[in-house]
Amino acid sequence: MPGNLLPSIVDGLLLGFVYGVVALGLSLIWGVMHVINLSHGAITALGMFATYFLFTALGVNPYLGVLAVAALGFILGYVMYHIAVRRVISAPYLSSLLATFSVNMIIIGVATAILTTSPHTINYSLGSLSAGPLTVQGTRLMAAAAAILIAAALQLFLYRTQRGKEIRAVANNRAAAELMGIPTTAVLAFSFGLGTLMAAVSGALISTFFPFTILTGDLYQSKAFVICVLGGLGNPVGALVGGLVLGLLEGVIPAFMPVSWVPVLEFGLFVLVLLFRPTGLLGAK
Amino acid sequence: MKAWRQPAIWINLALVFALGAATLLLRRDTLRETMFTLLMYVGLASSLNILMGYTGYVSFGHIVFFGLGGYTGFYLISQQRWSLYPAALVGGLVAALLAGLLGLAILRLRGAYFALATIGINEAARAFVNNFQPFGGPTGMSINFAVYKEYGGPTQALWTTFILMWLAALVILVASYAVKRSRFGLGLMAIREDEGAAMIMGVNAPRAKTLAFIISAFFPGIIGTLFLFKNGNVEPGDAFRLQMSIETLVMIMLGGQGTVLGPALGAAAYQQLRTYLLTSPLFKNLHLAFAGLALLLIVLFIPAGIVGWLRARFPILRRVLE
Repeated sequence: MPGNLLPSIVDGLLLGFVYGVVALGLSLIWGVMHVINLSHGAITALGMFATYFLFTALGVNPYLGVLAVAALGFILGYVMYHIAVRRVISAPYLSSLLATFSVNMIIIGVATAILTTSPHTINYSLGSLSAGPLTVQGTRLMAAAAAILIAAALQLFLYRTQRGKEIRAVANNRAAAELMGIPTTAVLAFSFGLGTLMAAVSGALISTFFPFTILTGDLYQSKAFVICVLGGLGNPVGALVGGLVLGLLEGVIPAFMPVSWVPVLEFGLFVLVLLFRPTGLLGAK
Repeated sequence: MKAWRQPAIWINLALVFALGAATLLLRRDTLRETMFTLLMYVGLASSLNILMGYTGYVSFGHIVFFGLGGYTGFYLISQQRWSLYPAALVGGLVAALLAGLLGLAILRLRGAYFALATIGINEAARAFVNNFQPFGGPTGMSINFAVYKEYGGPTQALWTTFILMWLAALVILVASYAVKRSRFGLGLMAIREDEGAAMIMGVNAPRAKTLAFIISAFFPGIIGTLFLFKNGNVEPGDAFRLQMSIETLVMIMLGGQGTVLGPALGAAAYQQLRTYLLTSPLFKNLHLAFAGLALLLIVLFIPAGIVGWLRARFPILRRVLE
């Protein structure tokens, strides 16, 4: 039934780009400082709500709102690094896992008290595009385009700017970078902020076409783990490719079996890749 | 054995024994419910500590064994009309078997990769049970009320499960101490400090790690069966809450990882704190945030936990706190 399959493949791929951005943030943080940020999902959810309130209360167009969300996401990550991560950056990895997880609990706890867990939606439409049997929502197309733009911008930033080069140097060898006069603490805080920026922005993009609650973020965080492992932890290109693979799977699997099997296959694949190719399908960078 | 002449373990056991005995003497339903939950967390935290505290492998999937063991036990009781006792034992054995198989595979991963894999396994297990029809799929299963007659009626059944949970907690503490003081336990702690060096010194690391994983998974299987039997019904969402795995981690960190008393103490302290926060009108909605804040402060400032901090600060206490 190729007629049914084609739209779901296209939908899945478009979504895959956005998943890729969630994973990009997680992968960047891991690549630079070897911290798994367990508050990534909570920040994604905050990005969704920030877009929602900008849109409903102030009438800001979601795509304009993305810029504000990006700034907020960056500041949040920067502050979070200094409060919760800096002290445990050299401690055993359990400490950083638990430190970021405790931030997750704080964000979710406070947000649940204020926002409750009832679903929110942003009533915003860009119409849809049709070509033959294919109909694509405008918001999804925009999200995918934005995701590609963000990934390209990150790549340019990391390879063409002074700060970007510093980030790569710190990721490569923190002690040596410090000896060369790079302010590592500032660079690490900046990278963490950049990672959370990605989380918040992807949340903003997703919120334009899916309903969400404050707990939704954890779902995308789990997906981001799967993607990072598929693409290789710490590999930005891998994160995007992994996102596409996951999006494709989500589009195609429901054609062959009930939708509820999707997570079983996703996480099964995740564990298998971890076991047999822990550097990811593309190899770690 | 010399290890058993130390006062530390006996103090520890006496505390848990007294908690259970007092509950049995007072015979109050609310107290029993509180104590049941408390002892359950003491058991979960102490069993996870064998893997995490001694061996240094952080698992976010401890609740998988609680869930799958509990599901197995519950299936045997509700669908196959087994008695609770063999069902709980089989629940534990199935969890242990699963841990053995999983352990052979994922214990090859080290550090954060292992932690990530356990998150994946937790999600996969929940999603699988959601789709597994013999276990009732997404709606789960429930116990026919008549089953409780075999145990002297519903009230008596609740007391029976409480006593079993109490005994399980005591057995777990003994096991935890026995492991820590054995040659096997020393091997685990050597792995925690430096796995490569431990292997060079002759520790069979793959076997020791897998065995630690199996031991730490056996008890949650039993606890899961007891918990679900008391509940009377089961759904995938209840049995595989990632949250519960994390709370168990918080308890261990709070009390002090790698110590015998720490996880038990941490479980009791966390449980008290949570009950207080949940019942206080001011903090009711914010209890998760407070738990998170508590965790953050512990991780940042006293990473050794209460017991570890006391031991480091007051050397004299090292004789009584283990």
